[in-house]
Amino acid sequence: MLTFLRIVMIALLVGGPAGVSVAQELSGDDMRSLDDQVQEIKSDVLSIASELNNLEERLLYPSNTQVAVFIAIARDETFRLDAVQIEIDGELAAHHIYSFNELEALKKGGVQRIYTGNVTTGEHQMSIAVIGKLKNGDDFTQSDTIAFAKKVEPKILGVTLTGSGISVGDW
Amino acid sequence: MFRVPFPAIGLLLFGSLVMSPARSDELRDLYFGEALFYAHRGLWFDALERLDTEIQQHDGVDEPELDSLYYHIDDAEFALGDFELRYRMHHRAGRAIRAVLEGDVDELVRNDAAYRLARLHFQKGQYADAQQALGRIQGKIPAAIRDDIEFLRGNILLAEGRPAEAADILEQLQDSAGFGGFAAYNLGIALLQDGQQQAARDQLDKAGRIVSDDPAVLAIRDKSNLVLGTVLLESDQYAEAGAAFNRVRLDGPFANQALLSAGWAAMSTDQIEKAVVPWSILAEREVTDAATQEAMLALPYAYGKLDVHGRAATYYGRALDSFGIEVDRLNESIVSIREGKFLEALVREEIRHDKDWIIRLREMPQTPETYYLMDLLATHDFQTGLQNYLDLADLRKKFLAWQWSLDSFDDMVAIRHDHYEPLLPEVDQKFRELDSRLRLRIEQHRILTRRLHDMLTTPRPEFLATRDERAILARIEDLETRLLNPDDPAEETLRQRIRRVKGVLTWTLETEYHARLTRFDANLRSLNEAMAVAHEQNEAYVRARQAATHSYVGYDKPVERLRVRVRQATEEVELMMARQGHLLEVVAIEALVARRSRLENYRDKARFALADSYDRATQAQARRDLAP
Repeated sequence: MLTFLRIVMIALLVGGPAGVSVAQELSGDDMRSLDDQVQEIKSDVLSIASELNNLEERLLYPSNTQVAVFIAIARDETFRLDAVQIEIDGELAAHHIYSFNELEALKKGGVQRIYTGNVTTGEHQMSIAVIGKLKNGDDFTQSDTIAFAKKVEPKILGVTLTGSGISVGDW
Repeated sequence: MFRVPFPAIGLLLFGSLVMSPARSDELRDLYFGEALFYAHRGLWFDALERLDTEIQQHDGVDEPELDSLYYHIDDAEFALGDFELRYRMHHRAGRAIRAVLEGDVDELVRNDAAYRLARLHFQKGQYADAQQALGRIQGKIPAAIRDDIEFLRGNILLAEGRPAEAADILEQLQDSAGFGGFAAYNLGIALLQDGQQQAARDQLDKAGRIVSDDPAVLAIRDKSNLVLGTVLLESDQYAEAGAAFNRVRLDGPFANQALLSAGWAAMSTDQIEKAVVPWSILAEREVTDAATQEAMLALPYAYGKLDVHGRAATYYGRALDSFGIEVDRLNESIVSIREGKFLEALVREEIRHDKDWIIRLREMPQTPETYYLMDLLATHDFQTGLQNYLDLADLRKKFLAWQWSLDSFDDMVAIRHDHYEPLLPEVDQKFRELDSRLRLRIEQHRILTRRLHDMLTTPRPEFLATRDERAILARIEDLETRLLNPDDPAEETLRQRIRRVKGVLTWTLETEYHARLTRFDANLRSLNEAMAVAHEQNEAYVRARQAATHSYVGYDKPVERLRVRVRQATEEVELMMARQGHLLEVVAIEALVARRSRLENYRDKARFALADSYDRATQAQARRDLAP
C-alpha cells in the first residue's frame, strides 16, 4: 500500500489530480474549437450592436436636435464625486449618483456620457449641480449655469469637474 | 510545471492610457473617453462597441485630420486590441495588434505591440509564432516591459523543450523586481528539464528561500520547496526532502501536499512517529482535498506500523465513514450537474459581482459539486470555457433587451406615422403658398440689388424718385406726348411750363440723389437682413419637414434586418451555450467520476485495512491476555 499511496501522491503533485488531467485532455480540443466559434459570435454581436446604436441614434436623437453631455474629472483631483445633476432650460435632464467603480473610472481618465437628448436649434441654458466630499472630509456643492447655442449639427458639451469649479467645453 | 504570472492580459498600453492621454484636459474625442470609461469599469463589450463604432466613423470621414479621433487614433487602435483581448476575442485582438505593428507608429509602441502579440501566441500554444513576434522587437523597448519580454522568451523556450536556452535567459532575471521569484522557480524547472539535477536542486533551494511579503511570491516559494522536496524524495534523499517540505507554509496553497509529502519522507526513513505528526494535522483538514483524503488513509497505516492497531482501526473506521459520505456527496454532485444546477449556479449575478466568485461557489449549499471542482475550475481550458459560457449568457440577456428595443422602435415609428401623416398635406400646402411668396420677394430683392449696383457705376436719379415724383414724371411724359403741334403758341406756353416743372423735379432728383442713394442702400441692407431671416426660416422649415419624414420613414427594413440578425444570433448563442454548457458539465462529471473512483478505491483499501487492523488488535489483545 505504501507504493500505491506514493504513486498517487506523486501524481497529485506533478500532474494534478489524475481525473482532472484526463478530462482536460479529452475536452481541450473541444473547448478550443468552441472558443473559436464564440469569438466569431462575439464579433457578429458587436456588429449588430453598432448597427443598432446607429439606428437608435437616428431614430431617437437626430443630429439636428441632438445634444450630448459628458462628464470628466480634472487631472489629479482628489475630491470624491457623489452626484451630478444636469438641467437644460430648467428641465431635469440627468441625475446620476456615482458608484465607487464609476468614480474610479472617471479618475483614471474615463469620460461619462451622462445625457443624450434633443433640443431645438437656438439658444439654451444648461445648469450643472455637483455634490461631493473634499479630501479633508468637508462636503462641497457646486453649481453653474452656461448658455449654449444649438445649431444644425449635434451639440456635444464636455463638463470637467474640479474641487474648485466646473468648466464646460464645446466639442 | 511552470507558470506565467501575467497580472492581466494586454494591459500595458491600456495601463499607459490610464496614466497619460485620456485626461479630460487633453482628450479631444469624448467618445473615445467614453470607451475608456467603460473599459476602466471592466465593461469590455460596451467599451468595444463604443470604440469600434468611433473608429469606423473615423475611417469613413473624407478628411480624417478634421475628426476629433485623429489626435488619438494610434492609441485608439491600440486600445481596441487591448479591449478585444480582455473580452477574449483573441483572433480580432491579434489582427488589431498586427495592424499596429504594420502601421506608422513609434518604436516603443511597435515593440509593445510585438510583445503583446507574442504573449497572445504563447497563450494559445503557438510557440513558433510567439518567437517570431518577439523577433520583431528592435530598438527602444518600454522600460516597464523589458523584464516581461525576457521572462516570456524564457517561458517560450521552456515550452518548446529548449530548457538550456531558457535557463540562460531566466538566469538574467534573477534580480528582477517583478519576476525574481517566478524566474527563480522557472530556472529551477528549466535546469531540471535539462537534466542538470544538482543545479536544479540548488536553484529550487534558492527559490525556496526567497524573502518576500508578496503573496504570489510566497506561493511560488512554497511551490519551489514542494517540487524540490519531491525531486529529493524520488532520489531517496529523504531527510533533505523532509527539510524542503517543512519550509512550505502551513497556511499556503501547497500546505496540504507538503504535509502529505513530509509524512512520506519520514516514513521512507522509518521515522514513523515523525510521519504521524504532519498526517495528523492533514487528516483534520478540508475533507474534499485529495491530500487530506490520502492522509486519512496514511495516518492509520502509520499507526499500524507502530503496532497501535486499535488506533489504526479507529482511524480506518473514520476514513471509511468519511469516504462513504464523500462518495455519496460526489454522487449527489454528479446528479446535480446532470440536472443543470451547476450551470445555473455559475450564471448567478450576485456571485459574479464578487471577484473571488469561483471560491465563493464552494460556500453555496446549492452547488455541492464545486467542492471537488476547484482544481478543474482553475485550469486554463476550463476557465476559457466557463468564461465563454458566461459571456454567452450575457449576450443572451442583451438580445432580450434588443428585441424589446426593436419592438419599441416599431411602436415609435407607427405613432409618428399616425401623428404626421394627417398633418403634413395641409402643412405642405401652406408651405407651398408661403414659399411662392418668398420666391417672389427674393426676385424683387434681386432686382433692387442689381439696380443699386447699376447706380453705383452709372448714376440714375430717376430710379430713386418717390412715388409722387414718379407719378408727376409719368404725367409730364403723358402731357408731352399730347402736345403734338409745335407751332401752336398755346402749346408752346404749356411746353415751357412743363419744362419748368420737369426742371424743378430734375433739380430735386439730382441734388438729393446721393442722400437718396444712401437711404436706398441702408434700406436695402435692412431688407437683406430680413431676407436672410426669411431664408433661414424657410430652410429651418425644410429641415423640420425632412426631419418629420425621417422620423418615421425608412426604418422598416433596417429594423426588420436587425430583428432577423438578433434572432439568428440568439439561436446561435443558445446553441453555443448548450454545447459549451454540455462540455463543461461533461468535463466536470468526468472529474467527479475520477475522484469518486479514487475514493472508492480508498474505501476498499480502508475496509480491508480496517478488518486487518481489527484482527491484529484482537491478536495483540489475546497475546496480552495470555501473557503471564
